[in-house]
Amino acid sequence: MNTIFLIIKREYMVRVRKKSFIIMTILGPVLIFGFYAIIGWAAVSSINQKKIAVVDESGRFVNQFKNDDETVFAYPKESLAEAKKTFVKQGYNALVFIPKDVIEQPKTVKIFAEKSVSLALQSNIERAIGKEIETIKLKEAGITQKIIQDAKVNVDAQTISLSDAGEKSNNGIATTIISGFCALLIYISVLIYGTQVMRGVMEEKTNRIVEVIISSVKPFQLMLGKIIGVALVGLTQFMLWIVLTIGLMTIGSRIISQPKETAQSQMATRMNGMPGGQEVQAKMSTAKNPVADVMAAIETLNLPLIVSCFLFYFLGGYLLYSALFGAVGAAVDNETETQQFMFPIMMPIIAAIAFAQIAVRDPDGPLAFWTSMIPFTSPVVMMVRIPFGVPVWELALSMALLVLGFVGTTWLAARIYRVGILMYGKKVSFRELSKWVFYKG
Amino acid sequence: MNNILETHHIIKQYAEHRALDDVSLSVPKGCIFGLLGPNGAGKTSLIRIINQITAPDSGDVILDGERLNPNHIKRIGYLPEERGLYKKMKVGEQLLYLAQLKGLTEKQAMEKLKIWFVKFDIKTWWTKNVEDLSKGMQQKVQFVATVMHEPDLIILDEPFSGFDPINANLIKDEILELRDKGKTIIFSTHRMESVEELCDNIALINRSHKVLDGPKQAIKEQFKTHTYHVEYQGNLDTLSPAFTVLKTRPTDDGFTRADIKIPPDAAVNELIRHLLDRVAVRSFGENIPSMNDIFIQAVGEVPTT
Repeated sequence: MNTIFLIIKREYMVRVRKKSFIIMTILGPVLIFGFYAIIGWAAVSSINQKKIAVVDESGRFVNQFKNDDETVFAYPKESLAEAKKTFVKQGYNALVFIPKDVIEQPKTVKIFAEKSVSLALQSNIERAIGKEIETIKLKEAGITQKIIQDAKVNVDAQTISLSDAGEKSNNGIATTIISGFCALLIYISVLIYGTQVMRGVMEEKTNRIVEVIISSVKPFQLMLGKIIGVALVGLTQFMLWIVLTIGLMTIGSRIISQPKETAQSQMATRMNGMPGGQEVQAKMSTAKNPVADVMAAIETLNLPLIVSCFLFYFLGGYLLYSALFGAVGAAVDNETETQQFMFPIMMPIIAAIAFAQIAVRDPDGPLAFWTSMIPFTSPVVMMVRIPFGVPVWELALSMALLVLGFVGTTWLAARIYRVGILMYGKKVSFRELSKWVFYKG
Repeated sequence: MNNILETHHIIKQYAEHRALDDVSLSVPKGCIFGLLGPNGAGKTSLIRIINQITAPDSGDVILDGERLNPNHIKRIGYLPEERGLYKKMKVGEQLLYLAQLKGLTEKQAMEKLKIWFVKFDIKTWWTKNVEDLSKGMQQKVQFVATVMHEPDLIILDEPFSGFDPINANLIKDEILELRDKGKTIIFSTHRMESVEELCDNIALINRSHKVLDGPKQAIKEQFKTHTYHVEYQGNLDTLSPAFTVLKTRPTDDGFTRADIKIPPDAAVNELIRHLLDRVAVRSFGENIPSMNDIFIQAVGEVPTT
C-alpha cells in the first residue's frame, strides 16, 4: 500500500509541476473571465447615457418623459430655431421637436441629431410620445390611470416539473445547456486524462525504466498508481479552475461595476453568468436577460446533486477508459501504433456524445435509459439526464454498473499491461492482445 | 546455508516458446557469478524470475533459504540490460523515489545517496534532469540506483556496456568492493574478458537449458585439453611418439612455437625432459582454455556482443 502511495505521489507531482499544467490551470479561468469581461464591457459601454433636449410647443410633455439608465430628457425653453443651433454645444445628443398639434397630427414629431440617431433611441422616443398621447386621449375619454393599470395583465408562462420533491420551477433551455455542458466536459476530460495515462505508460515502456520499477512493485500497482495519480491531477485542475474563476469573477465584477452606479445592476446580472454568484441576480428581472434567465433556472436545479454526480461520473468514466488507454500504452512501442487501438476504445465514448444529443431531447426515452446504464456511455448520457431529474433507482443502478464496468476494464487492462510492458519490438494485433489476457503470472 | 540463491527445475513457457527448461542453479554467497549464454538463451527470463517480474510455470527459487517472496524485493538490486530512467525527472528526486520503492524511508535513502554522490563525485548532478546527462553519466546514476539500498544480491545485466574504460574500471572496482563486503553479484554478460577477470563461478545457459556451471577454475580444469606450448630453436622431429605435435609455426624473431598434446596419464616433466634433450627452449606453458574457448566449445558459436 505504501508503494502505491509513492507511485501516486510521483505521478501527481510530476504532472502538477509541469509548465503546461500551470499554464492551463491559469489560462482556463482567464479565458472564461475574459469572455465574461467582454460581455460586461459591452454592457457598460452600451449604457452610455444620452441627453435629449425636448422642445415642446404643445406644452403637454414637459417633464413627462421618464429618465432611465439610457436616456435623460431636458426641457430647454427655447424656440426650435434657437435650440437647433445650440443643442449640440450644450451637450445634448439629440433634439426632439413636438409641435402644438401633436395630438391631432402625431407624425409631425421631429428628431434632430448631429449623428444619426439609433433605431432604439428613435423607437424609445416614439413610444414615449405615443404612450403619452394615448394616456391623454384615454383621460379625455374619461378612463383613469387606475383602470389602465388594472387592465394590464402580465402573462409569463413557466414550465413546472412535477416530482417527488414537489413542484419546482424549471427552464427547458437552461437545463439543456447545463446538461450539454456537463456531458461535454466529461467527454473531453475523460479523453484528455485517459490519453495522459496512455502517454505515461508509453513513456515508461520506451524509457525502459519499467523493468527497474516492476522489480520493486507489482505491475498492477504501477498501473493503478498512475491512473489514480492522473485522476487527482484532473480533480486538482477542476478545483483550481472553480476557485480561480470565482475569485476572478468576484474581483472583476467589483472593479467593473464601481464607476457606474446605474450600470451596476445590469452588470451584476451579466457578470454572474458563472458558478457561485447567483444570489445577486436572483432578484433581477429575468425578462430581458438570457444569462440571468439561465442563472435563475440553475437555482431551481439541484446543484449539489449535479456537482456530486458530475464528480462521480467523471471519476467512473475516467477510470473505465484510462485503464484501457493504459493497456494500449503498454501494448505498443510508439505513438503511431496507438492509432489502431485508440479507435475502438474511443468509439463508444464518441457514440455517447451522439446518444447525448438524443437524450437531451428525450431524457426519459428508452435510448437515453439504456445508454445511461451501459458503463461505456453512461458517464456522458447520464450527465445529460440528471439535470432533468432521474429516478433514484436508475441512478443507483447506473452507478453500480459503472463501478462494475471500471473494475472489469481495470482487470482486463492489468492482464494486458503486465505482459505488454515487457514486450518489445513486436507489432501486436488484437488476437495477440486477447492471448495476453490468458497468460499466467 | 552457503548459497544465497538456488533455482530448482525452473520451467518458463511463453506461448510456443519454452524460455527456460528445467534450469537448476546454485549461487554461493559472496561470489561474483557469471551468467553466460548466447542471445535468446533465456538469461533475461531467468533474471526476471529472480526479480519477481515474472513467475516460473514450475520450479522454485530459494533466496537465502526461503522461497522467493515479496519481502525479498529490497534484498535484490537489479540493473537491467536496457537502462532506463525518467528523463524529465531530477537525478536526486528520481533516486530518492527508486530507493523508497525498494523500502527505504526518505531519510535513510537520503543518507545512503549522500555517500554515493560523494564517492562518485557527482554532487552537482542532484538537481539536473536525467535527459541533460550524457549516456555514461546516466549509467552511473543507474548503477547507484541498483546498489543504494545495499541489497545482498545484485544482478547486473551487461553492466559495462556504455561505459568508457575509465568509468568501466570504476564500476569494476565497485563490484569487487561489494563482493568483499559479502554481497553476491550475478553478472550476465557476453564479454568473456570480464568474466575471466571478475567471475568466481559461472553458469552457461544455451537454448533454454543450463549446459555448464560451477567454479570457474573447475570448469577450466574440465575443459583442459592437456596441451602445452613451447617456443624453441631446433628440430622436434625426433620427439617420442607418446607426444603429439599439433601444430608448429615460426615466431617473428626466429623461434618456433609448437602446441604439444600429452596423454592424460603422462607426466609433464617427461615432456620437458624430452624437449630439453632436443631443442633450445625459450618458454614453456600449459594451454589453459580461455572462457571464450569454453563458451565456443559449449555453445558451438562465437559469443556476440
